[in-house]
Amino acid sequence: MTHAIAQVAYIVATALFIFALHWMNTPATARKGVYAGVAGMTIAVLVTWAQPAVVHHLWIVVAIVAGFAVGVPLANVPLTAVPQRTALSHAFGGLAAGLVGTAKYYLWFSEGPENLTAFRMVAIILEIILGFLTFTGSLMAAGKLQEIKWIPQRPVTYPFQNLSNLLLLLVAAGLGVALTLHPTAPWAPQLFPVIIVLALAFGVLLIIPIGGADMPTVIAILNAYAGLSAVAMGFVLDNKLLITAGALDGSSGLILAIIMCKAMNRSFTNVLFGAFGQVQAAKAIGEQKQYKAETAEGAAQVLEQASLVVIVPGYGMAVAQAQHKVRELYDQLKKRGITVKFAIHPVAGRMPGHMNVLLAEADIPYTDLVEMDEINGDMPQCDVCLVVGANDVVNPAARSDKASPIFGMPIIDADKARTIFAIKRSKNPGFAGIDNELYFADRTWMLFGDAKNVIGELVKQLAGESGMH
Amino acid sequence: MSLLALLAQAAPAPVAGHAPADADFWGLLFVFVLASFIGMGVIRRVSRLLHTPLMSITNAISAIAVVGAILVTGGEYPPHIQAMGAVALFASMTNIVSGFLITNRMLKMFKTDEKRGGGGHA
Repeated sequence: MTHAIAQVAYIVATALFIFALHWMNTPATARKGVYAGVAGMTIAVLVTWAQPAVVHHLWIVVAIVAGFAVGVPLANVPLTAVPQRTALSHAFGGLAAGLVGTAKYYLWFSEGPENLTAFRMVAIILEIILGFLTFTGSLMAAGKLQEIKWIPQRPVTYPFQNLSNLLLLLVAAGLGVALTLHPTAPWAPQLFPVIIVLALAFGVLLIIPIGGADMPTVIAILNAYAGLSAVAMGFVLDNKLLITAGALDGSSGLILAIIMCKAMNRSFTNVLFGAFGQVQAAKAIGEQKQYKAETAEGAAQVLEQASLVVIVPGYGMAVAQAQHKVRELYDQLKKRGITVKFAIHPVAGRMPGHMNVLLAEADIPYTDLVEMDEINGDMPQCDVCLVVGANDVVNPAARSDKASPIFGMPIIDADKARTIFAIKRSKNPGFAGIDNELYFADRTWMLFGDAKNVIGELVKQLAGESGMH
Repeated sequence: MSLLALLAQAAPAPVAGHAPADADFWGLLFVFVLASFIGMGVIRRVSRLLHTPLMSITNAISAIAVVGAILVTGGEYPPHIQAMGAVALFASMTNIVSGFLITNRMLKMFKTDEKRGGGGHA
């Protein structure tokens, strides 16, 4: 009887999870999705807790309380820190899967060796390898995003890097095969931790050659791994709810990673093994070209005359926390009857959708956030294109310069606008070290300074405050 | 091994203390493949505006690993097994709580022009 009730509850939870994701297809219904997800999860937790096999409750209560104690503050981080929070939660997901897999193995080894069939062993090995490599890999990614000092920001490369990583993974897989063939051998409990250590090491080594610009893809891939480790746990525990929910997460990570890769015109293997930043850093900057600088006053005058303004935000906007100033600028322009749109490149920022969330936080209606493919047709009619902390995603070299490391990447056609203003912190080349042709174009004027201050100045000019003092 | 007995679906109720030697591997694989296709179909239609909240909500959903963690923590097992379960339970619970809360927090911010300035109502 309890079995039937549990199964029905799990089916209901599965359906609720699918609805949760389905409702994410538009912002209008998305919050319903959260409620469906919470309902599904609550049902799953309560029904599992009520199982007769669960007889000790103290540690469950302690762990749940601790989860709330850590989870609530983690949900209230500033939105600019959302990429590292996301990476951290992938790490937690990986850790949970790895630990449950480990616990089940040792449990069955001592109390029910007949359960360690070849199929379950394969599932356990996959679960712990995926789980623990996601754990350390995501911790590394979170550290890089948080810019923790002792974690190198720039990609770290060394000779035979990919080869040695591959060998490490092959050794782990080889040991896994040995364990699968002899799960109850006397040496098996000693071999098991070796696989864990290899997986932990592999996770670290996988992330150190990856640079900041590739983080959106890497976070998506780690998301898929976290989901797949939950799927593997489902195979180990013979639980279809785990398999379904894990598969939903896995496919989400996969699709996001594909979108990110397409948006950079690169392949998975290239992102994971290409050490992108390194290639760019190696590209020397050629002849000195001249920027044309413009003052906030001059730029404000041009903006006032525009009828269509397109703002292209990038990671620089997040770093400068400029989104609220951008909203003030948006309001000033709107007040004058000027159409203002935001052009969002899929890989702008450090995680998928990063810019949309920051702009939504600043209270900019999402109807004015336009995808790259939709805005590009309008760019020739655009009077002023304002680039706020974006670089590679507006670099025309991606269209024209075959030698450029970003050649072939789809970009926002900022250079087709009648006038381009680009806000840039300094005259040095950007993070990637690639010269951006856009900055030297005839119709481009640079606004040097911190994005927040520069836009603040523009707003002041437009508001006419400068004339008052 | 009452744990497995409770979770095994395909097999008929096993004799107490004796789990089925193997799970219904093909059935589970079947579920996995179908669920992946459903996932692909549903996720593909998610608004690009919402990719960040999508990631945090799938984070919370994949913390369904909490189910396994509860069974390991609460079962009649040696303390070191339960300890591993408790840490896994803590990690999953953190993801559930922070994942759903932050998704909701972000989604509240997405407004259309008409709703703007009307205050953060639900």
